[in-house]
Amino acid sequence: MVNRELVTVAHYGWRDWLVQRVTAVVMLVYTLFLLAVIVSLPSLDYDHWRALWEFPVMRYAAIFFVVSVLLHAWIGVRNILMDYVKDAGLRLVLYVLVILALIAYGAWAWQILWGSY
Amino acid sequence: MSTARPKFLNLFLIRQPVPAVVSVLHRASGAILFLFLWLFLIGLQRSLASPESFDELKALAGEPLVKLVMLGLLWAYLHHGFAGIRHLGLDLRWGIQLPGARASAWAVLVLSLGLTVVFGVLIW
Repeated sequence: MVNRELVTVAHYGWRDWLVQRVTAVVMLVYTLFLLAVIVSLPSLDYDHWRALWEFPVMRYAAIFFVVSVLLHAWIGVRNILMDYVKDAGLRLVLYVLVILALIAYGAWAWQILWGSY
Repeated sequence: MSTARPKFLNLFLIRQPVPAVVSVLHRASGAILFLFLWLFLIGLQRSLASPESFDELKALAGEPLVKLVMLGLLWAYLHHGFAGIRHLGLDLRWGIQLPGARASAWAVLVLSLGLTVVFGVLIW
């Protein structure tokens, strides 16, 4: 018999599995929400578009989406790098670059939604 | 254990089953979306910054090359999304028998490509 309990001791697998699915559902729901909102606009011009984003619900919903994208992208890209980048040093460098890029995207999205655009 | 088995690993010559094609494209489309995240953010930023930048963005979206990029990203979004829904279904043990899994894999391919083509016709 294989001792299945000792295959891994990292234990982040089940957590990542759950995060990947919860964030996926958030993104799917948000996509439908945004589509419905855009379709219901009287016309897609600057004034309507800009006024739409003044609603707090638009900004908070977008933050849910953005955070989901960042978490989901991290798990997905990390898995890809784990599979294809054999050299541990290079893999570490790529992990760091991906994390920094995702943090920067998060800050950028925040600035667009609440800053001065 | 090392046995001298024959290896045949040219991915371009192996005929993959449809669920495998969907799986590979799920990964590829996810990587594409990650690599182009900055483009979505620039788009949102320019669309909100000012009436002028909104109009510039609209004019840019009329360029054939930009339309192709947009359609490529739309396909990646649709394929990743539909393959994701299929994945969630498999988690819930829906369609885990081979015929069902093949049918849902075909549905993902056809829906994402089909909707991309429909949208492409609409904007062209």
